[in-house]
Amino acid sequence: MKLSKNFTNPLAANNPVIVQILGICSALAVTVKLEPAFVMGLSVTFVCAFSNLFMSLLRKGVPSRIRIIVQLVVIATLVIVVDQFLRAYMYDVSKQLSVYVGLIITNCIVMGRVEAFALGNKPWDSFVDGVANGLGYAFILVLVAFFRELFGSGELFGFTILGDWYTPNALMLFPPMALIIIGCIIWVHRSINKDLQEK
Amino acid sequence: MGLRKFVDKIKPTFSEGGKLGFLHSTFEGFETFLYVPNTVTKKGAHIRDCNDIKRVMIVVVLALVPAMLFGMYNVGRLAGEDGVLNAFWYGFLEALPNIVVSYVVGLSIEFAFAQKRKHEINEGFLVTGLLIPLVMPIGVPCWIVALSTAFAVIIGKEVFGGTGMNVFNPALLARAFAFFAYTPQMSGEAVWYADGKTGATALEQLATTNQMEWSAMDAFWGFIPGSLGETSTAAILLGGLLLLFTGVASWRIMLSVFLGGLAFGYLFDAVGMTDYPAYYHLLVGGFAFGAVFMATDPVTSAQTNCGKWIYGFMVGALAVLIRVVNPAYPEGMMLSILFMNALAPLIDYFVVERNIARRKKLIKNVK
Repeated sequence: MKLSKNFTNPLAANNPVIVQILGICSALAVTVKLEPAFVMGLSVTFVCAFSNLFMSLLRKGVPSRIRIIVQLVVIATLVIVVDQFLRAYMYDVSKQLSVYVGLIITNCIVMGRVEAFALGNKPWDSFVDGVANGLGYAFILVLVAFFRELFGSGELFGFTILGDWYTPNALMLFPPMALIIIGCIIWVHRSINKDLQEK
Repeated sequence: MGLRKFVDKIKPTFSEGGKLGFLHSTFEGFETFLYVPNTVTKKGAHIRDCNDIKRVMIVVVLALVPAMLFGMYNVGRLAGEDGVLNAFWYGFLEALPNIVVSYVVGLSIEFAFAQKRKHEINEGFLVTGLLIPLVMPIGVPCWIVALSTAFAVIIGKEVFGGTGMNVFNPALLARAFAFFAYTPQMSGEAVWYADGKTGATALEQLATTNQMEWSAMDAFWGFIPGSLGETSTAAILLGGLLLLFTGVASWRIMLSVFLGGLAFGYLFDAVGMTDYPAYYHLLVGGFAFGAVFMATDPVTSAQTNCGKWIYGFMVGALAVLIRVVNPAYPEGMMLSILFMNALAPLIDYFVVERNIARRKKLIKNVK
């Protein structure tokens, strides 16, 4: 019961992007097309899940004074693994994502989950928490990219969806529109979850 | 007074608990549209005056009429119609769809939001709905007008809490949306100023070749291509006079926008970055229109007197700066007003802070 709640909570009611407002920077940068957004979401999920797992395993052996350094080493290692993997097998996407793969290190969600969850919980719970938060992030990214690619270029995953009659909306390709779309998602989300509304 | 009696008779149906109580805002909107409301402001500082927002807004709409009528005539003239009436009728038919679309889309969104939030319906849109088609090129497709209007009303206004709460001027936001989303349809060589006819506007000619094929007098009277309402500086100034005479718009802002534009125009001319007289800036493009109708928007401009001078001057100066230095955006007026809209609260903050500091110093000296 607790585990399933652990998993579903970050997906909706406590989503890292639209409730905690973390990871916005990359959400603006990589959501012009669905494919990079999808890959970025999976990469962050991978990093978040395994950094949570490893830090949870190490949590009793690491003195709290140097824990940030240990966390950074773990996260940075995982990010390099992801980066090398993308370069080897998905070179085009890796090109499109450019620096943003490397910048997963600075993604607040990853470090936040390690600090807030993995250091005080068992490995399996932490792993599930990492996966769920990563997926919560990925979900928003894909949702934003869906709208931006569909209305900005009339395509989805590079396939033309809206035909010649459609005039692409160039504003969708600019980062400000990603911010507005995220704002609209937050708007919808909060009108459904009334307890999240500020007084 | 048959109508008054009729309105009173059906009022209970639309009041709280009545059969059509959910349409309360709509009814209220039409009632105050017909008659001056007899209610008074309940809290806060208030001034005893028979004017409400509706009456103020109608004055602005009236002030826009000369520019609009001339714009319609100009469209027909450029399309090659003979005679004043023929030209006007042609332009009228060209402009009508955009005006209707802008009003229908914007007002339906406003009504829907007001109904949902149980607010009164605010009249700000009467002006915005007319401003939007006036700042667009005449041949812009209706669906772009509809989309930009919806964007401006929802994202620019309702998100912030409706009329009076918006940070940015909604009409300019609509234009900015259309400009960035559909750049090829909105500017550049292909801009449509009359049905089927395309060509660069005076502003673009100035930006690319440092000269224009029309004389300054043509530009002043408005015989140049451009967006519907912005061509004739004379007609705009006529509307501006009405706004100043009725006290709806701030003369400080209007004057300082022109001063700022002139100052920077002369500056760039002096350092040799432009090859035409500085006052050209005030005559072509949307400068005069922006100065008179957009920058003076009481909601989004600075509120303090000193702040108004700074705000206006910066609007004019930035507009010319963008026009001259950034060739990608020949029309700097839109961007500069939107930018200063964002900075207006900051300007007010510093003006107020300085005033407080000055008066504190006075107290110290007395002691």
